[in-house]
Order: sequence, then C-alpha cells, then structure tokens
Amino acid sequence: MHMLKIDNLHARVEGKEILKGLSLDVRPGEVHAIMGPNGAGKSTLGNVLAGRDGYEVTQGSVEFAGRDLLALEPEERAAVGVFLAFQYPVEIPGVNNTYFLRAALNAQRKFRGEDELDSMRFLKLVREKLKVMQISDELLHRAVNEGFSGGEKKRNEIFQMAVLEPKLAILDETDSGLDIDALKQVAEGVNALRSPDRSFVIVTHYQRLLDYIQPDFVHVLAGGRIVESGDKDLALKLEEQGYAWLAEKHPELRKADLAGEPA
Amino acid sequence: MNESENMTREVAAPVRDNAEVEAALNRRYEAGFVTDIESTSLPPGLSEDIVRQLSAIKGEPEWMTEWRLAAYRHWLTMPEPDWAKLDIAPIDYQGVSYYSAPKAGPKSLDEVDPKLLETYEKLGVPLHERAKLAGVAVDAVFDSVSVGTTFRKELAEAGVIFCSMSEAIREHGDLVREYLGSVVPVGDNYFAALNSAVFSDGSFVFIPKGVRCPMELSTYFRINAMNTGQFERTLIVAEDDSYVSYLEGCTAPMRDENQLHAAVVELVALERAQIKYSTVQNWYPGDENGVGGIYNFVTKRGDCRGADSKISWTQVETGSAITWKYPSCVLRGDRSVGEFYSVALTHHRQQADTGTKMIHIGKGTKSKIVAKGISAGRSSNSYRGLVKIEKGADGARNYTQCDSLLIGKKCGAHTFPYMEVKNPGAIVEHEATTSKISDDQLFYCLSRGIGEEDAVSMIVDGFCKQVFRELPMEFAVEAKKLLEVSLEGAVG
Repeated sequence: MHMLKIDNLHARVEGKEILKGLSLDVRPGEVHAIMGPNGAGKSTLGNVLAGRDGYEVTQGSVEFAGRDLLALEPEERAAVGVFLAFQYPVEIPGVNNTYFLRAALNAQRKFRGEDELDSMRFLKLVREKLKVMQISDELLHRAVNEGFSGGEKKRNEIFQMAVLEPKLAILDETDSGLDIDALKQVAEGVNALRSPDRSFVIVTHYQRLLDYIQPDFVHVLAGGRIVESGDKDLALKLEEQGYAWLAEKHPELRKADLAGEPA
Repeated sequence: MNESENMTREVAAPVRDNAEVEAALNRRYEAGFVTDIESTSLPPGLSEDIVRQLSAIKGEPEWMTEWRLAAYRHWLTMPEPDWAKLDIAPIDYQGVSYYSAPKAGPKSLDEVDPKLLETYEKLGVPLHERAKLAGVAVDAVFDSVSVGTTFRKELAEAGVIFCSMSEAIREHGDLVREYLGSVVPVGDNYFAALNSAVFSDGSFVFIPKGVRCPMELSTYFRINAMNTGQFERTLIVAEDDSYVSYLEGCTAPMRDENQLHAAVVELVALERAQIKYSTVQNWYPGDENGVGGIYNFVTKRGDCRGADSKISWTQVETGSAITWKYPSCVLRGDRSVGEFYSVALTHHRQQADTGTKMIHIGKGTKSKIVAKGISAGRSSNSYRGLVKIEKGADGARNYTQCDSLLIGKKCGAHTFPYMEVKNPGAIVEHEATTSKISDDQLFYCLSRGIGEEDAVSMIVDGFCKQVFRELPMEFAVEAKKLLEVSLEGAVG
C-alpha cells in the first residue's frame, strides 16, 4: 500500500518545463529525503503536490492514499492529509496565530465530515502539542508569523503540522537559514511526529539536517527527475563529492543540471 | 484644504496580474429591495419656494425657515467643489426631489406602516422587541422622515433627549437654535449649504451634565423613493461630564439612477464630555459597471469645545458609488482628544475620497488617525487628511497611520496627507503602507485547508482589526459580515 505514488510527473511553471518525468513511491511511516542541485525542481515538487496556482501538470499522475491528488483543490488536499511546510512562511498581519490554526483545523475537519472543535477542546489540543514542540505560548498570541524570527517561523510550521496531524508532510528546505540550535529543535519536532502511519518527504540542500532526522531513503533530484536513490550513505557521498559524478552515470543530464553544489 | 500650500503625497499602486481577479466582480447587494409604500413628495427642483414649502410641511418656526433660506441663498453663490480625486458625472440639482415622506405621517411606532417595519426587519434593524433585546435605542429615518424612536421613555428618565430633528425643532427649539450650525456653519461648503437649506430630518441627541447615556443610540437611514435625495441633519450635544455612544447605519435600494445623499453631522462636546460616533455605511454602490448608486457627500464635524473632552469617529464605509466624507475634530478645549478610525472599502467602479481633519487649537491636544483603505475591482480609494496645529497648541500631538490593501490589479489607492504645523513644539507622526493580498498569503491559507473566500475574509479582517475593535461589539460583527459580503467574488 502506497501513501504517495508519483508516476512520470511533468510540470511547467510559466511555460517552462521543470519536472520532467519524476517518479517516487512513499509508503506509510517512511521518511524520504530529496536532495539536488539548485534549480533541479525541488521546490516545484512541493508546490505541485500542494496544488499551487501556476504550477501546471502536463503529464503523469499522483496518487495519495488511494486518491487522485491532482484532481483536488489545494484546501482539499490539506483536508485529506497533505501538509506543506514552507521554505518562506508568509506573514498575515492582524490574524491571530491560534485563530488561524483553529480555522484551518476546523475547515479540514468539516471537509472530512468530522465535528468542529470548540475553543475549549481546541485549546486543550494546542496545549498538548505545545509541550511536544517546546514552543512558548507567547507565539500563539501573536499574528501569523508577524515579526517572527526565521527560527520561530520554521518552528511554527512544525507546530501547525503537529496540530493538523497530516498523513504526509512535505518539508520544503525547512532547515535553510537555521542555526544549529534551531535546526535541532525543528528536527526534534519532526522526530516526535514520526509514526508508522505518517510519511515525510524532506526536501533539503544540506545533509546536516539528516544527522538529526534519519531518513529511510535519500534521492537525488536533477534535471526534473529522480536520478539516484539510496540510503543515508548517498547523502554523505553527495556532501563529499557534490553532484558532478552523476554525469557519468547519467549522460542525458546536461552540465547545467548538475551545476549546483550542496553548500 | 489647499493642495498647493501643503505637503502632498500620492501612492498609486497597481498590483500585478491575477487573471482570476478579473473574473471576480459579482456580488449581490443584500439591502437592494424597494418597499412599496405610498409616499408624498415635493416636485423635483430647488427654489426659495421649495424651501419655504418644505419648512411649512414640517411646521417649522419662522427662524428655521429664515435659516434655511439664508443657507439656500448662500448655496447659490458657491461653486461645486472639484478638488477631490473623484470622477463625478454632472449632478442635476433641479432633477432631485427634496422631500419624500411616507403618506399618512406616523405618530407612533404602532401607526408605522407594517410594510415599512418589514423593510427594517429585512435590514435587521432592531425596531420593536428586538430593540429591547439588543439594548439599542433606534431612530429610523426612511427617505426624509423619522419614523419612530424606540426607548424614548427609558432615555427620558435619564434626562437624555433622543428624537428626530423635526421634533427637536418643534419641542426643543432653544437648544437646536443654540447649537445648530455652530460646528458646521451654513456656508461651510457646497454640500453643507445645500443640506442646511433642504435637510428634511435626522436625529437630535442631548446628554445633560454628568449623565452617562444608559444605552447605545442608533439611527438607521434608508433612501427608498426614486429620484429623491436624502439630506439628514444630526446634532449631538454632550454637556459637561457626560458620555454617549452613537451609531448610524445606512442602506438604499438598487436603482439605475444615481441618488444624492448630502448629510451634515455636528457634535458638540463640552468640558470632559465624550462622544463616540460610529458609522456603518452600506448605501447602494451601483452595479459592477458603475450604473446607479448613491452619491454620498457628507460633512461631519465634532467640536471639542470643553477642556478634556473627547470625540471619536469610527467608520466602516462599504457602500455608495461616490463617497466624499471627512469626519473631523476641532480640538478647541485644552487637552481635548480627537480620534478617527476608518475602514473604507471600494469595489467595482466605486470611488471614495475620505479621511479626516484634526484641528489642534487648545494646549496639550491629542489626535490619532487610523485609516484603512481596501480597493478591489476597478475602484479608486483615496485617503485625504489634514492635521493642523495652530500657534497656541503647545504640546499638541498627532499620530497618523494610513494603510492601503489592494485586491486585483485595476484598482488604485492614494494617500493625500496634509500637515500645517504652526507650533514648533508639536509632534506629528505619519506612517503609511500599501500592500496587497498576495498570492503567497492566499496559497498559505489554502494549503492549511482554509477555502479562498474565507482566506480573503480572514486577511481583510486582520487588516481592519485596529478599527473594528473600536466599534461596539455587535456592530463589529455586522461590519465584519458587511466586508465579507462586499468582497464576495473579489478574488478567484
């Protein structure tokens, strides 16, 4: 049984083909890391899966928990259990963080035919999750991401994930811009949420995140496709050697496809 | 306001292409029904004769008739103002009927035409038992005539006078005569002069010394008859150490012709008195092509006449084809305080040129301005504000914040702040921002499971929060809902 099955996915952004036949299978409970040079299509993958406007799928299919994911609206994808942690979470001035999260959770529950949580039950849930995430409740009383530091924004993303309890979490370079302490906190949050029926796709530039979140699989995304898959050792090899060595194995890749160096 | 003398800053910010926004522009005007009631109107046109007839119909004393005639004669000498950033089709002042009253003038609520009460039901005006539940005293003005004031007895016991202006002129002539036109003189501006000549009704509020008005006071205005203008006049006087909170709501049916609404509101706050005046304005805005809608030309001014007095304007403006309105405070008394909180929303072809004037005269006077403009469709939304610090206003302070939110790429937002500072010790601060509901914000909400309409409402609501929290609770809820309805289909 697959959680996520991406088959030969092609997608365009502003008329330019970015994903060129990407395939990926993720089973429940697995953690997949996706690495790759700049411009390989890493962020595009997250945006396509979450259903962002302007990302046009031209070929291929995405099956999520037995459904055709591409046929769903973005908010419906969230409701059936897809969560995207943003690389750059946006600020929404004047909208209280807790209010936002409750509106999100209740919209999802409504879509799934579950009853909506009243303030009391919601607060109880939030309190439980706060403990796990080690987030101060001061953050809850502020507007969504407004005036948050980079680390606070990323932790807030993981906190939202904890409350929304998705089946599949896609982390889009959640580690970028974080110092080592913030990185550890984010990783601890993710690890606390790992479970046999929840899967993760972790898009990252840096292998260091994988020191703290042990992936089951590591993939290299280059030229719009997964060109190499392996285990944790693949990430270490990429850190040592960069991406250039892939050119020998994959003569169809252009030099530019492998130009990005993992920092 | 003289543009050349003062600082002018204009921010015109078109936003980037979003094809979906264009498909956007449908929304229903929920208050757009016409009530079938027999009414008595004066024939269209304006002359000394009409002014006299109007005054006679209303059974006014002679001083009032003369006051009106003086205003009319002054009006004839004035040019229409053209300095606002508004595109106004020529107005045929002779084509307007200056008086329309439901036939068989009602004496009390029980005699009010049931159909009219039904109209208020539809509008959600709490006139009967609902008023008691809501604890709001309502004066409802239908076309030109005030049709009933609830809670009169309860208010009378507190010594508060709350009645229609017509009645006030008859019953409380001395008070009216003392204060009417003392804040907005008959010749103040073109539309104020017109109003002074032909105003047909409105509300009068008098809060005696030391009285805290026991409930929120409220007036609902509605323009129903065709080709009529509505010219209401509101006067609120708060004596020493008194307090009142007052709310007005406005609606009009859908019509293809433009209708004229030129109101004047005067507030007088004596020593340590506080007046809080809130407006939720939802006049018919015209259709998506700009056909029909109300021309809303309003002069609102508060006079902080006594020391330590305070006047606070809060407005939520979503209706009208054209809005021209600058609720202002004259801070005459030492240490008096003026506040202006505004949300102005324009959509389709609506135009708004609105803002405030804060005139600091007394020592230690303070003013605060928070203006939020939201533009969608092809609308134009301008903030125009004057902060004037007179020479003797030692220690005066002003803080101004103007924020614009743009939805779509064909609307415009403009800011015209004017400052005249004649006292070197005064502190005047101005902050302005222009932003748009970004694709990023929308997608962020969607990706969390929140649908598009809810997401837009949430973002707009967050943008308006500073103003909404100044409104009485039940009206904050109404204002929020009104914005939601007004923005239906504005995105996606």
